[in-house]
Amino acid sequence: MASSRDDFVIAIRSAFLKKSYQQKFSLLTLIFSSIIIIVLGSINFKPIQYVKIGINEVIYRSSFIISIPENYIKKLSLQLKDHLNLYDNYIKIETDLIELKKKKLNNDFLILENNRLRELINETIQSKDIYAKVLVDKDSPYLKSIVLNKGSKNNVKLGMAIIDDVYLVGKIIEVNYTNSRALLLSDLNSKIPVLLEPAGIHAVLSGTGKNYGVIEFTKEEYNQELNDTDIIVYTSGYGGLFKSGLPVGKINNYKKENKNEINFFSDFRQLDYVKIVSYEMESNN
Amino acid sequence: MSSLNKNTFLKSLMFYFPTLILFLSVLNEIDLNFLAIEYFSFNFAHVLIFYWTLKNPYYLSYGSIFIAGLINDVVIGIPIGISSFCYLLICAVTAYLRNITLTPNFINDWLSLLFTILLINSIQVMSLDLIFSIEVSYMKYFINSGFTFILYPLFLFIFNTLEKRIKFQKND
Repeated sequence: MASSRDDFVIAIRSAFLKKSYQQKFSLLTLIFSSIIIIVLGSINFKPIQYVKIGINEVIYRSSFIISIPENYIKKLSLQLKDHLNLYDNYIKIETDLIELKKKKLNNDFLILENNRLRELINETIQSKDIYAKVLVDKDSPYLKSIVLNKGSKNNVKLGMAIIDDVYLVGKIIEVNYTNSRALLLSDLNSKIPVLLEPAGIHAVLSGTGKNYGVIEFTKEEYNQELNDTDIIVYTSGYGGLFKSGLPVGKINNYKKENKNEINFFSDFRQLDYVKIVSYEMESNN
Repeated sequence: MSSLNKNTFLKSLMFYFPTLILFLSVLNEIDLNFLAIEYFSFNFAHVLIFYWTLKNPYYLSYGSIFIAGLINDVVIGIPIGISSFCYLLICAVTAYLRNITLTPNFINDWLSLLFTILLINSIQVMSLDLIFSIEVSYMKYFINSGFTFILYPLFLFIFNTLEKRIKFQKND
């Protein structure tokens, strides 16, 4: 009994302390170093933050270069899929185009009316747009985020909105000198205030870690107001981070499906270039 | 002379090949996600570290594993130090297994891998959730561990072939 315990202790000691096979460091030293880094990182120790920013600057660029072959294969498979679905897509797009042309006339009128009304109350929304390239786009099972090639050098700040075409896709959560990281709306940690139209109900959109989001924090009785029609989800502008009315996604047949899953308008796996935007409400009163 | 130089370069390249693949895998996060198969993901770095530190730690130093962990944290965007700690725990398990094993057995190694990845993924999930308040999908971690375990024999075959090639180059 004592002998087997001794063997166990010897094996453990040898595994952790022995610098075998020309290893420069013992396992125990490196494990302790990792723990120290984790602890210092958790209390936002400044030197660790600077080291992290330094590593980020080098690694994001390297990762972009090394990911080129995989990204090429990814693009090739998407192109192949598009070619296979060419005819079906054409029919669908043709139908959508007719519908959109009708809607555009209405929208043009609404935009003009909205601008006139804002002028009446002396309120304008100023936005600063920064165009950025997506450097690293890892569909990681852990965190849904993208790395962009613009950083504090280009006046990127924490919390700025990320827009793909006209659709909201995420917000900036980490800023380095020449690059930044944006958390996508699909991430589990993403929560933004939204407006469900046409019912006009305020809610919170939460990421699921999958390719869709879910509606949270709505009262049960509101479900009665959401009928069988499709629901469009826009940003509500609460919290002041994003301006109101940025399209986010769509809920198909709320009642019929009996689910509150939001299909995002933007395909997060195909982001190449995005806009980093900050909104400022200017009141001339 | 040229042939001799070429041979020396090839030998060095083969010697550092596992380290090179490790760094490429953490920078590129090899998991075949471009296939867009729902729920499919595996952790290539875990298999690579487990295999090489168990079978032949001479080719993969603990220092480079530590640095690879830091890089992995930066690439996937989690607080730095967590992956290094997890990778080094794999090394600790494999070092212990090497010390207690007289005759290596595939089934024992395979089951040890399952125990190790479940342990380190649990530690990673707990530290992200409890210390850093970062919400993660437990199911995705579980599925990732499952595929990593299932795919081990395939990588074992590839790495065995590679190891033979490296040894052949070394003795050449």
